[in-house]
Amino acid sequence: MSVPALEVEGLARHYGEREALSDVSLTLGAGQTLVVFGPNGAGKTTLLRVLASLLRPHAGEVRVLGSRLPDEAWAVRGRVGLLGHEPLLYRELTARENLRYHARLHGVGEERVTELLEAVAMTGRCNEPLRTLSRGMVQRVAVARAVLHDPLLLLLDEPTSNLDPAAVELVAPLIGRGSPRTRVICSHDPGGGLAQADLVLGLRAGRPALLRSAAQVTPSDIAELYR
Amino acid sequence: MRRTVAALLRKELLVELRTLESVPGMSLFAVTTFVVFHFALNRSSVEGDLASGILWVTLLFAAILGVNRLFVADADQGGFDGFLLAPVDRSAMLVAKALTLLAYLVVLELVAVPAFALLLLGPPLGGAMPDLVGVLLLGDLGVAAVGTLVAALAVRTRARDLLGPLLALPLLVPIVIGGARATSPLFALAHPAGPAARWLLTLGLYDLVFGLIAYAVFDFLLED
Repeated sequence: MSVPALEVEGLARHYGEREALSDVSLTLGAGQTLVVFGPNGAGKTTLLRVLASLLRPHAGEVRVLGSRLPDEAWAVRGRVGLLGHEPLLYRELTARENLRYHARLHGVGEERVTELLEAVAMTGRCNEPLRTLSRGMVQRVAVARAVLHDPLLLLLDEPTSNLDPAAVELVAPLIGRGSPRTRVICSHDPGGGLAQADLVLGLRAGRPALLRSAAQVTPSDIAELYR
Repeated sequence: MRRTVAALLRKELLVELRTLESVPGMSLFAVTTFVVFHFALNRSSVEGDLASGILWVTLLFAAILGVNRLFVADADQGGFDGFLLAPVDRSAMLVAKALTLLAYLVVLELVAVPAFALLLLGPPLGGAMPDLVGVLLLGDLGVAAVGTLVAALAVRTRARDLLGPLLALPLLVPIVIGGARATSPLFALAHPAGPAARWLLTLGLYDLVFGLIAYAVFDFLLED
């Protein structure tokens, strides 16, 4: 039997006195997609950052790709791709320079950089500083950055928020349903999110208000989270 | 580790070349300070203790400008997260940042020392130059180690512009003392001599101790 990609039991995380996550438990199989819904401030981004090993869990048990966090965070790094609200790219560097920098950190070759610039249709503007590009273009480069090292687990925080419909189609093979990776997606779009999901987690004020298989969730269940 | 340091260093220098946020400001600050000293002291030349004191204090304050900017792009543009997600030795960032700061200091001194010689220094610098370069490099190594550590600590706080200098200045006082004492004989008007060995040793020990401290604690500064 294969090891689950995610095993979370009683996860809690707080910022000072404020509770950002509390009593979150779930299991996600390899290759499956978890979609997390919840209003702003519900703890979605905190959950992604804990799973990415960027934040320590303050209570509970978290295993990512079989490695326990935070003790075995070193084993998780390099196998996770994070696409958050920030593109994690330097504004003064070009798209190619940014990807080349991340490729060197991950031990990935130059040909992968070229391949991904083509995949996100950025070859024509890849030598211009990022600060001169539109938000949608920067988001496409950020998608390329997130999958550059071919991660087993993708953590995506509203990944298509700055993209036009054509760009959404463009990045779909990299981060969409067709991608072979395990995915955790934070979303505010009930229809689009449910279409992607195998498992749905609804958060409200850091606590799980909904955890069900996607087949058992309706858009009105999601809408209820936001009321 | 070497590959990671090279990647980080290349990125640092590219960003500085594009933005020119640190080195020009540091250099301009140093030259302006020498001009201010020139008029404030109402003297056309200085020598000995006074000359070395002016040089080292000016270099220290100019260095603080660079220290304050060292991690700003990483903090503001997600560079920390991008680095922390990679399967690399975190000490590589300490080494790369310290080398970056060292490079900034060398460029600063390439501008500041000739300006100092032109605007304020009485004795000719020619013969003392090799010794001066040696003392400056010893000082730079210590400033690079402590500056990187302090910058990494301060950048994640809300009062980073204030906290950086407040932490760095007391820690860097031994470098100013050692550097100024070692440099003073080089700037003597009557009988210029080489730097005293004990002050060179002091600077060397400082570099070693703070280099090891920085190496030991840097990983924890990057942790959540």
